[in-house]
Order: sequence, then structure tokens, then C-alpha cells
Amino acid sequence: MALHDKTAHELHDLLQAKKISAAELTADIFKRIDEAEDKIGAYLTLTRDKATADAKAVDDKIARGEKIFPLEGIPCAIKDNICTKGIRTTCASKILENFIPPYDATAYKKLAAQNVIVVGKANLDEFAMGGSTENSGFHVTRNPHNYDCVPGGSSGGSAAAVAGGEAIFSLGSDTGGSIRQPASFCGVVGFKPTYGRVSRYGLVAFASSLDQIGSFTHDVTDCALVLNAICGHDEMDSTSTAAQVPDFTKSLVADVKGLKIGLPAEYFVKGIDAEVETAVRNVAKKFESLGAEIVEISLPHTEYAISTYYLIAPAEAATNLERYDGVSYGARVDGADVVEMMTNTRTEKFGAEVKRRIMIGNYALSAGYYDAYYLKALKVRTLIQKDFIDAFKNVDLILTPTTPNAAFKLGEMTSDPLKMYLQDICTVPVNIAGLPGVSVPCGFNKSNLPLGFQLIGKALDEETILRAAYTYEVNGL
Amino acid sequence: MKISEQDIKTVASLSRLRIREEEKEDVLFQLNKILTYVENLQTLDTTNIEPTTYALPMQNVFRADEVKPSLDRELALSNAPLKEDGYFKVPRVLEA
Repeated sequence: MALHDKTAHELHDLLQAKKISAAELTADIFKRIDEAEDKIGAYLTLTRDKATADAKAVDDKIARGEKIFPLEGIPCAIKDNICTKGIRTTCASKILENFIPPYDATAYKKLAAQNVIVVGKANLDEFAMGGSTENSGFHVTRNPHNYDCVPGGSSGGSAAAVAGGEAIFSLGSDTGGSIRQPASFCGVVGFKPTYGRVSRYGLVAFASSLDQIGSFTHDVTDCALVLNAICGHDEMDSTSTAAQVPDFTKSLVADVKGLKIGLPAEYFVKGIDAEVETAVRNVAKKFESLGAEIVEISLPHTEYAISTYYLIAPAEAATNLERYDGVSYGARVDGADVVEMMTNTRTEKFGAEVKRRIMIGNYALSAGYYDAYYLKALKVRTLIQKDFIDAFKNVDLILTPTTPNAAFKLGEMTSDPLKMYLQDICTVPVNIAGLPGVSVPCGFNKSNLPLGFQLIGKALDEETILRAAYTYEVNGL
Repeated sequence: MKISEQDIKTVASLSRLRIREEEKEDVLFQLNKILTYVENLQTLDTTNIEPTTYALPMQNVFRADEVKPSLDRELALSNAPLKEDGYFKVPRVLEA
């Protein structure tokens, strides 16, 4: 197996034992990027020189006989809506085309403290708005399993980089499924922690009450290692939780005996592809055969989740994106006065989907419509969250498909935004309720495209999710 | 029709966006489709249901009122499209 297809924990052992060097590993990743990037398009910016220098520093440390951190010397990709000091951060938007952050996002800073090797900044749907990475202001990303298909989104570049051997792991962000859906489409493990587990400081804000940073990895062990590195309270983010962060590698226990796993009826309805449903039901059987108890449950307000999400998220986005006014940073397009300058800047530099969501958001927040749209959505949010609270009185985990179908073709949904929104049906309820969730690969469909299942846990109970995901992984399909 | 051409004009202006003539029809069509879809929320009775803005319990966070170093002025201005004498520069706001 090529170095670029190995896991971080395997590579860590090879590095520490001096069987390979970080320079060799980094060179192998860039060789793979040179071969594959034309076809995949996972990156917006490559940081080759910095990566090469950083790898040398790691090798020097190993040569001195020092012990290295679990992710030290491991090449990774960072979604381009996570600020990296001195490294261009565009959010895949023309409005931030030349933005060089003057500070680091906390999640990135914590990784950098482990001396990871950042290979580049990964492509996304502009401002993380989309489910296919076709909304990038610069170029599309293609699915490494089939170049005619999308990698999912919005963290499509982060998912494709790992699946395509262009990074060993990556960071993404998940507002309504933007980690879990592309992980499912690309056949990798994608974890969205509990809201507040990872600091959002330096994550360019889309919908602040829903956004959360998480990971893409080849396996569940790497997932635990990345979570160990990035989770934790941060005084720079007042919504980050003060809850103690456990050592997530302690959850890598192959045992689900006694666990109660709920299968919500509302996630196995019309619109869910038959192959997806069969794959996820087989996962349930697998868990049952390993000693878990499978329980039929109901999350009755699921059918309202898309409407709730597509009012709350655009409302928050409309507010957050007010800051792109051509004044303090980002692009400016001149105009006769301030209002015309701002209008020219935003009209010319934002893409169609971003403008659409800003307008939906401002409409839902405007006088006369606030109660009917925004406030109504916040009340339904309470009901959706209550569904989960009630369900978790009886079960430890909830098992669902991650997506209603496998990766779709490029261009298949671009002309119908609502159809694209409906793709998020299995993932948005989790963000609405602030819960942790993972997508784990569970085989391929007849067209050889990856399938994934989702495990949803109680708030701050990433550990039970990891335990079940690990158990599934080591016991095979 | 949930949203009229006049509504779109108003909301675009609130959003500091301009809808080009050739886009008008599609914008109107897509926004109406989405706003019609979200109407399903109206079928739910939410009397006495409190709104949720954050899923997890949130409380105000206080810190000591101490002077700490902040972003260097030059660095804070480093991404400005136009600056002068340590300030952001914008087109005239008030009439002369």
C-alpha cells in the first residue's frame, strides 16, 4: 500500500520507528497531488514550501531521538473556511479571493501545535453553502471514486483529499451535514462533534448556532486522534463548552454488547434509495449480531427539519455575511457612494447560491414575516430537539442513512436548489439539535459508489459513537 | 406566489444586492419554490412552545476587564481594499 493511502496511526508508528521520514511521506503526498489533482481538484491553495520545511523540522526532532505527537508529521488538508495565519483563506468566494488571515483559527492552531504538515486549503461550496462543492467560486471538486460524480459538500475538497490520497486526514465544517454527507459520498469517516466541542474561533461564520468543525479520516482510530487534538474549551469562543474532554482513544473498544441502538422509522421512507436502505439495515443486523439491541423508534418532527433548517441557517447567514461590505477586508467594487460600492461589491463577488440564501434569510427576518418564518422555525427547532431528547431516554445511539442516495452526477441538481436542499434530510436534524454524529463507510452500491451510515449520539457523548463505529469497523462488512 | 417582484426588490435592497434583469425570473421562481416548501411549518401547532436559538444551554460569559494586547494596527489593516493614514478609506458618506 502506498504511503498516501495509509492511516495516520500506521504512519505515526513508521515515523517514530524511523522506517520512513516525514520528508519522504510529504513528498509522496505531493507526488500523488501532482498526479491526481487535475482530475480531483480538491485544493484551492497548496502550501508545498511550508510543508517541506515543516517535514524537515519533524525529521530533525525524530533524529534527536525525541518522541513525537500522534499526528506529528502527518500531512493534512484544512477546509478553506478555517483561518490560517499568513495562508490565503478564501471560503471559495471571489469576495475573499485575496484574503490572508491575520490570525489562526483555534482548531488549526491546536493541530499546528502537534506539528502536523498542512498540505493545502481544501475546496468547498462558497461559504459552505451547498451539498456538492459545485458552488465553489473557483472550480468544482470531483469524487475520487468516479470523476463524473460530486464529492458531496460543502466540505467536498476535504473529503476528496482524503479519499483520493491527497491528504491523510483533513478538517471540515458541518452546518447541516457538510462533513457527514461528503464523507459518505467519498467512503471515508466524517465526524461532526457536539455543538461547542470544538472552538469556532477563526471558522468563517455561516450559521453560528449550527456550525461545527470536525474531521475526515480513513478510519475510526484516526478520527479519535484528530478529535483529541481539536476539541476543548476556548475563551475566544463564548459558545464553546467547558465540558471535560475525554481521551477519545479510550473509546476504541470493540464491544457493543448491551448498547441500545434506535432505528427511526422516519429515516426509512420514500425517497431513500433501496440500496442505501438495505446497506443500513445490514449494519443494524451486524450490530445486533455483535450483541447490541436494535429498537424501532420515532422522531416525529423529522419531516419539518429541512424547512426549519432552510429558514434558520439563511437567517443567520444573511446576518453573518453583512460584514462583506468592501470596507475592512475582502474585495471592493467601486461605486458612486457607499451604498452603491457595497451593492456592486456584493452583487459581483457573491455567487448565486450565497445571494439566494442571503435573500431568503433577510426575507424571513424582515418586518411582517419574522413571526411566520424565523420565529416559527425556532419553535419547531424546540420540537425537533425534544424528539431526540425523548428518543435518548430509551436508546444510547441512533442509526440512520447519512444520505438518501449515493453520490450524484455533476450538474444533476444545480438547476434545482430545493432538490439539493432535500439531500440534507438525514443530517440537518442533528445540527438543529446540536448533537454529535458520524458517517462511517458501509460498502458500495452496484455502480461502485461508496455508501455510509450515520450514528447520532447524545450531546457530549462522542465516546459511545466512537465505540460503536470502531466495533463495526473492526468486524468488517 | 409567496413573494412578489416588488418583495424581491425590497429584500435585495436590504441585502445590498442587485438583481439583474435577466436573472429576475429565475430568482422569483426559485425563492417562491423554497418559500412554498417551508410553508409546511404552518401546519404545526406551536402554541406555548418556546423558541430555541442554541441547542445547548448557553449562559453569558464574563471575563475580567483587563487590558490585553490586541491585533496590531497594521495587521488589522492588511486586508483593507483601501486605507489611508492607518484608517479604512470609504467613499463619501455625507453630502458636502
